Amino acid sequence: MAASRRRSTKAQTDTAPAQAVSSEELLHYYREMLLIRRFEEKAGQLYGMGLIGGFCHLYIGQEAVVVGVQAALKEGDDVITSYRDHGHMLACGMEAKGVMAELTGRIGGYSKGKGGSMHMFSREKNFYGGHGIVGGQVPLGTGLAFSHKYLNDGGVSAVYCGDGAINQGQVYESFNMAALWKLPVLFVIENNKYAMGTSQERASAGELHQRGAAYGIPGYQVNGMDVLEVKAAADKWVNYIREGNGPVILEMKTYRYRGHSMSDPAKYRTKEEVEKMRSESDPIDQLKSKLLGGGLVDEDKLKEIDREVKAIVTESAEFAQQSPEPDPSELWTDILVET
Amino acid sequence: MPIEVLMPALSPTMTEGKLAKWVKKEGDTVKSGDILAEIETDKATMEVEAVDEGRVGKILVPEGTDNVAVNTPIAILLEEGEDESALSKGGNAPVAAAPANPAPAPVAEAAPAPAPTVPAAPVSVPDSDEDKFFAKTVKKTVREALRDAMAEEMRRDEKVFVMGEEVAQYQGAYKVTQGLLQEFGERRVIDTPITEIGFAGLGVGASFKGLKPIVEFMTFNFAMQAIDHIINSAAKTLYMSGGQMGSPIVFRGPNGAAARVAAQHSQCYASWYAHCPGLKVVSPWSAADAKGLLKAAIRDPNPVVFLENEILYGQSFEVPEDEEFVLPIGKAKIERAGKDVTITAFSIMVGHALAAAEELAKEGIDAEVINLRTIRPLDTATIVNSVKKTNRLVSVEEGWPFAGIGSEMCALMMEQAFDYLDAPVARVAGLDVPMPYAANLEKLALPQVADIVKAAKQACYR
Repeated sequence: MAASRRRSTKAQTDTAPAQAVSSEELLHYYREMLLIRRFEEKAGQLYGMGLIGGFCHLYIGQEAVVVGVQAALKEGDDVITSYRDHGHMLACGMEAKGVMAELTGRIGGYSKGKGGSMHMFSREKNFYGGHGIVGGQVPLGTGLAFSHKYLNDGGVSAVYCGDGAINQGQVYESFNMAALWKLPVLFVIENNKYAMGTSQERASAGELHQRGAAYGIPGYQVNGMDVLEVKAAADKWVNYIREGNGPVILEMKTYRYRGHSMSDPAKYRTKEEVEKMRSESDPIDQLKSKLLGGGLVDEDKLKEIDREVKAIVTESAEFAQQSPEPDPSELWTDILVET
Repeated sequence: MPIEVLMPALSPTMTEGKLAKWVKKEGDTVKSGDILAEIETDKATMEVEAVDEGRVGKILVPEGTDNVAVNTPIAILLEEGEDESALSKGGNAPVAAAPANPAPAPVAEAAPAPAPTVPAAPVSVPDSDEDKFFAKTVKKTVREALRDAMAEEMRRDEKVFVMGEEVAQYQGAYKVTQGLLQEFGERRVIDTPITEIGFAGLGVGASFKGLKPIVEFMTFNFAMQAIDHIINSAAKTLYMSGGQMGSPIVFRGPNGAAARVAAQHSQCYASWYAHCPGLKVVSPWSAADAKGLLKAAIRDPNPVVFLENEILYGQSFEVPEDEEFVLPIGKAKIERAGKDVTITAFSIMVGHALAAAEELAKEGIDAEVINLRTIRPLDTATIVNSVKKTNRLVSVEEGWPFAGIGSEMCALMMEQAFDYLDAPVARVAGLDVPMPYAANLEKLALPQVADIVKAAKQACYR
C-alpha cells in the first residue's frame, strides 16, 4: 500500500546538466572518492583486528555524495553530519592520519582519542562533527547557518542526515526555522535506503525530498551514485542558497555496501541487491569509465592515483597504531574551558 | 611478501567466532571487497570481505572450526608475482608495523590504579569582591536585574543575542526580556516558534561558531524537550572535540514550582543538570545574585544552565549600580553567619532558610545560612568550612529528595567533613510525589519554613 502511494507522487528529480568539468576536476573527484573507499576498507580491517572499538559506520558506496557536494562549497562554508562521518572529514580536507588515529583512540586523533569514530571535529576545516544522536546534527547545522546570517559573512552550511534521521521531529523544527528566517543551509538527505535495518518503504511515508514542501523549501532528488550529477545539483542550489533565498533539500539516492555498523550482518536485503548496486552503479567505477572511455586520461594516470591513495591510507594506519594512547591526565582536560 | 588474513572482530564485544564457511578456495584470486568467508559470531553470521588483493595461497583454519580467536591468522594471500614457495617464508601481517601500543583492553581490565572520581585539584575560584559594589545600590526586582544583565552584556558584546518563545514582541512571557527588542532590534532579540529542541540545538550550533546565545526557555519544564542538545551537544562537545570547540551558551528560564500549575509545570531541574560534566549550573536567589551571576554566565565560555524562579521575579532587592558588578560562578555566599548549624539552600529556598534562621534565633539557635548560588561547580570549601564550625548541616531544596542536591551534600559530608559532624545531615526537600494541584496538597509537597526549623532543631538535638 505504502509503496503504491509513493509511486503515485511524482518525484522531482534534479538533473541539472553538468557544466563542462575539466579532467583535472574529474581526477580530483576520483582521487577523493578512492581515498574515502580505501580509507574505509582499511578502517574495517583495523576494526577486525580489534584496533578500532565500539561503533564504526563505513561510508563505502556513498562516496559520490560528499565529494560532489564538497566540490560546490567554498572556503568558510561549514559541514556537519551524523556518525557515518569519515568520508565527510576526508572530503573537508582533514588529514587521514588524524581521522584514523581517532578511530584507534590515540592522542594523534583529531579529538585526542576522546571522541572516536562518531565524534570528530575540525575547527580549522569548518567541520562541526560527527554527531552520535540520530538527527541531532540538523538543528546544530541550522544554527551554523544562523551564525552565517547573523554575521552576514556569505557562508553556507551543508547539513547531512540520513533517511533514518529524516523522521526525527527536530528535523522539522529546523526546516521551519530555516525557512522562516531564510537561513543559508543546504540539507542533504543521504538516502541509502536503510535506516539501520529498516528500509525506507517500511519507515517513511511519502517522498523524502518533499519533506520540506510544507515549509516552502525546494526539494529535489539527485542520483547520488554519480558524482557529476551531485556536483551539478549542489552547484546550482548552493548558489541559490548563497544568494539569500533560504534553505534547499537535496535527497541523494545512494547506497551503502556494508552493514549499518561493523556488527550488522545486513540480512534485511539480498546479496543480489547489493551486488547489483556494486556492479552497475558504483560511483568510482562510473567515473573511472568516464575518464578512460572519454580518453581523458590513461590507465597509468589512474594507477598513479591508486598508489598515491594507498600510500596515504597505509601511512594513516601506521600512524594510527604508532600514536600513543592518550595520557591518563587527558581524562580531566577539555571538560570546561578554563576561565 | 605473503599477507596473513586474520580472524576479524565483527562486533564491539566479539573475542572469538566460528569460521563457518570459506567462500574463496586455495588458488582463487581475490579482489578488494570480495567475500572471503562467512563467520558466525555470538549474534549473527557475517561475511568477511577482503581488503588486500592477491591469490589465496593457503587456508590455515578449515571451515567449521569453532572458537577461533580474533586476530588468529586464518589464511595466507599471495601477492602478484608470488607463488606457493613464498608460503614457507611465513606471512606478513596486513599492517606492517606491530602496534606500538596495544589496542585498549576492556575497561574492566585496563582500569588504572585507583582513579579519582573528581579532578584531584578542584578548580579554584577567586573570592568574590562583591562587597565593594554594594556601596552604591538601587532597589530592583529580580526580573529587572535579569533584563539589565542581558542588556548590559548585549551592549558590551555584539555576539550576544537572546532567543526564545515570546522574548521579543510579547516582551517576554514573564516580562524578563522587556524592552530588549526596542533597544537591540529583531536581529538580536529573536522570537522562536514553539520548538524547544529545535531552537536549543540551533543555539548550540551558533555557539560552536563563536556566537554567544542566551536561550530562554519559557520554563525549564519545556527544556526537557531540548535536554538532548543541552547535554549531548552543549556539554559534551568540548571534550569530544579534544578542546577544539565548545559551546558558550546560556540556557535560562524559570525553574521549579510556580503556584498551582501542577505536575508538568512544577519541577526543579538542579540535580538533573548538575549531574552532567561539561555544564555549569547556576541558581540565583536575590536580584543582585541574578544580575551578577547572569552577567558571569553570559561571559563564561562554557554552557551555563541558569535556573531562575518565577515567584522571585517580582521580589525586590538592593542591586549594585556598577555595570562591572559580576559575581564569580562557583562561589557560594554566606548570607547569615552563625555558629550552631549550617543551612544550605539555593534559589527561592534561600529566603525560606533565612526566615527559618530568624525563628531559630528566637529559640537560641544561631544558624549559618549559605546561599549556594552555583550548583555546579559546587563551592564545597565554603560548605565544609562552615560545617567544621557548626558541626551540623541541613540541606534545603525544592526538588525531589532522591539523588537530589541534598544527597550530594550528604556525600560531601561523608567524604570531606565526616569527623566534624555531631549529627546526621538532614535533608529538607520537596516530597517524593508529582506536584499536586490542590492548594493544600501543593503546600504540603513543598518545603516550608517550619520544615527547615524542625530539621535544624533535630540536628541540634533540640
